[in-house]
Amino acid sequence: MTPIARRGTIAALSALAASPVHAHLVETGFGAFYDGLAHVAVTPADLLVVVAIALFAGQCGRGAARLALFALPVAWLAGGLVGARWPEAAAWPLWTTLTFAVAGALVALNAKLRDAGVALLAVVAGLLHGLVNGATMAPGGATPLTLAGAITAIFCVTAILSAEVTALPAGWSRVVVRVAGSWIAAAGLLTLGWLLRPGG
Amino acid sequence: MNAPVTGVARRRLIGTRLALLALAPAAAWAHEESGQAAGFLAGLSHPVSGLDHVLAMVAVGLWGAVLGPPAIWVLPVAFPLVMALGGLLGLLGIPVPGVEVGIAVSAIVLGVMVLAEARPPLRIAATIVAFFAIFHGHAHGRELPEGTSALLYSLGFVVATGLLHAVGILLGVAHRWSAGRQAVRIAGGGVACAGLFFLWRAIA
Repeated sequence: MTPIARRGTIAALSALAASPVHAHLVETGFGAFYDGLAHVAVTPADLLVVVAIALFAGQCGRGAARLALFALPVAWLAGGLVGARWPEAAAWPLWTTLTFAVAGALVALNAKLRDAGVALLAVVAGLLHGLVNGATMAPGGATPLTLAGAITAIFCVTAILSAEVTALPAGWSRVVVRVAGSWIAAAGLLTLGWLLRPGG
Repeated sequence: MNAPVTGVARRRLIGTRLALLALAPAAAWAHEESGQAAGFLAGLSHPVSGLDHVLAMVAVGLWGAVLGPPAIWVLPVAFPLVMALGGLLGLLGIPVPGVEVGIAVSAIVLGVMVLAEARPPLRIAATIVAFFAIFHGHAHGRELPEGTSALLYSLGFVVATGLLHAVGILLGVAHRWSAGRQAVRIAGGGVACAGLFFLWRAIA
């Protein structure tokens, strides 16, 4: 079988094997770890905060990127474990929206924070989103392996994006990063409006 | 012309067909997240549903291109951010007077700026663009279709706005050449004329 045919067959079989998702979890058919990986990809609020923090850490330089690379997933894991244990404590859409809106705004402004400040932002965002993740994933039958999958996805996205941005030369490519940040911040502002609107 | 299909080619064909087939079941079996794609697409199509918005947003890109760096990217970054702020005001029920008039005037002012190749200081240009963005955001921020994700709708809305600015910037690249420069100025004049029509319609 050629590589192309093999890839197509694997994609087809994996999709055919996928069963309907339950609660808040995506079932990839590959097991709990990959369900966790996919969960981050299909949860926009989670993905946006990871992207925004990775871009911001990259903008702030190598030291900040290295700190954020570990601070974000570890905090997410801690929050996830707490959220899974006490799920009633984690219905905070306002705070999770606020975190990615703020992170996006910092990217758009090309703000310069100290490495510790970037790490603190990553910890706060990781704890909040992890808490919500743990709380929403646990009733859907998530296991610690699912959370491990989510953390792995967060680590990979943060590593790739922050490394890319750190290595970007001055010029258009850095402008594109700022534009992406402004879009994330704007989407966050509008979502905050939806959450805060009278009768919303 | 039916060329003989080799074993390798046939296997590739089968693999490709299976991969395409694979895309179907996931969509059919979606759960409460099914509104997400619809929300993004609804948001994406929303800014292009009104010509007044489209022209103003393209004009922002055109003016940015006329002004050159750093305005070329400052204006398109400022507009979506402040537009979202306008949307936030609308969603919170904070009234902004004369929204439709403001949108029409935005097309007139931005069009005239492009036509006249006006080059105010960056701070002034950004303030003008941000001021009008409030009206655009206020008018369009509130229209989330039922059953869709607010976040993805908002994201689609913002991305579409940004892409309209990008269209303006790309058209504005023609400003480098003498013929293109005239074309860009004429486009600005067209936006201003359309703005006058929208103003007349808003007042009448």
